[in-house]
Amino acid sequence: MNMETFFSVFPGLMEGAWLTVQLVGIAVLIGFAIALPVALLRVSENPLVRAGPYAYIFFFRGTPLLVQIFLVYYGLSQFEAVRDSFLWPVLREAYWCAIIAFSLNTAAYSAEILRGAIQAVPWGEVEAARAVGMSRALTYRRIILPRAFRICLPAYGNEVILMVKSSALASTITLLDLTGMARKIIAVNYQPVETFAAAGVIYLVMIFLFATFLRWLEKRLHANLSPPPGMPN
Amino acid sequence: MSQADNAPPAPQTAAPTLEVVDIHKRFGGLEVLKGISLEARDGDVISIIGSSGSGKSTFLRCINFLETPDTGLVRIGGEEVRVRPGRGGKPGIASHKQLERLRTRVGMVFQSFNLWPHLTILENVMEAPVHVLGQNKAEVRDRAMALLDKVGIAAKRDHYPNHLSGGQQQRAAIARALCMEPQVILFDEPTSALDPELVVEVLGVIRKLADEGRTMLIVTHEMAFARDVSSQIMFLHEGRVEEQGPPSKLFKDPSSERLRQFLANHLH
Repeated sequence: MNMETFFSVFPGLMEGAWLTVQLVGIAVLIGFAIALPVALLRVSENPLVRAGPYAYIFFFRGTPLLVQIFLVYYGLSQFEAVRDSFLWPVLREAYWCAIIAFSLNTAAYSAEILRGAIQAVPWGEVEAARAVGMSRALTYRRIILPRAFRICLPAYGNEVILMVKSSALASTITLLDLTGMARKIIAVNYQPVETFAAAGVIYLVMIFLFATFLRWLEKRLHANLSPPPGMPN
Repeated sequence: MSQADNAPPAPQTAAPTLEVVDIHKRFGGLEVLKGISLEARDGDVISIIGSSGSGKSTFLRCINFLETPDTGLVRIGGEEVRVRPGRGGKPGIASHKQLERLRTRVGMVFQSFNLWPHLTILENVMEAPVHVLGQNKAEVRDRAMALLDKVGIAAKRDHYPNHLSGGQQQRAAIARALCMEPQVILFDEPTSALDPELVVEVLGVIRKLADEGRTMLIVTHEMAFARDVSSQIMFLHEGRVEEQGPPSKLFKDPSSERLRQFLANHLH
């Protein structure tokens, strides 16, 4: 392995890494905004209300992300209505197609994670909220959701990490994310091992930083749920 | 001496603080409550006793509609909630707003405390007055601190529930109920989940509340305690009120054979 090549590709790859951070960051935010209402509908007592979110989750968990990206990128332009609509300037951009596919995909997984957490909140705590006269909405806002976020944090963090790595698929629709940029550099320098090794290191560092943040957040939010130091379990 | 001190005791005709009328409850094929009624006047402490499966906890939970009775009504401070057959014959409550108002007037203390673990003890106590009743935060805070002091855990106010012993958690739960300034407090076996040495501290707090003249309904297995603090004892058997009266009568001279047997097993 040529160390000189290995180090020389970093500046170019960092540009790609920045695009990866953007794609994942925006997709995770939009995905969470979609996941929350989907999870709330998913725990409804009414089977008709549950059916929609269930079908959505079934589709996005049941098909590969790559297929979803292609369907958005190549599929949407098939429809004249889409091409004529005011959204076309956005929808013809690979950047936004990737974000749309990533958002819908991560939203489906996140909704399931959140649903599990909502249902894992001990019933007694919910009863205590009802017993003091909280409405259903207030109970969700003050008790169930704050508890569910804490419960699902480790699993949700995992989902975000998976999303960072899945975002490499953006390179298949012309985007120069970290992986896309690595491939572009290789087309010039013919040094795939050095270049991909450098890209791998950047992925590792990004995920390490995120995992550290997650650990800090978990500790901060979970401090109250574990016994104090020195107290036997 | 003020006028009030000379006033005769309130006549028995005054409207009861809490009125529960003809509660029926069925779980599947099993009729758990077969028509139970109860009246509590200001300052009454009513202990509900009976063996497991007699329906005493279910009855208590029907009063604030944590269980929805099949039929019956609950009246408290002019608020009346009645159960009507709803869609598909399932019992329903006409107005959720009204139900939530009723619940703010009825405090509840659970067997397993049910404190909210993501909030500190002080936040647990302040939560409902601030967010349900919309009261001023600073005033609620003062009241909450005074209550925590009263139940003896003021020093723990910034701790989280999991950092407290069972007895301390239950005392926090009592403070949480009191902070709503309810007209009636329901205790659902408040000491059953506690180690024996912690039972005393919780019973001590409840006794103090009884001495203050608070209106309380207590489902309990602590017979000696029930005898000491109650103004009334209600003995349930298989979903019916088998016998009811002052503790002096029920514990010394029960008329029902079933109560006699029950007491023989529970009093030593």
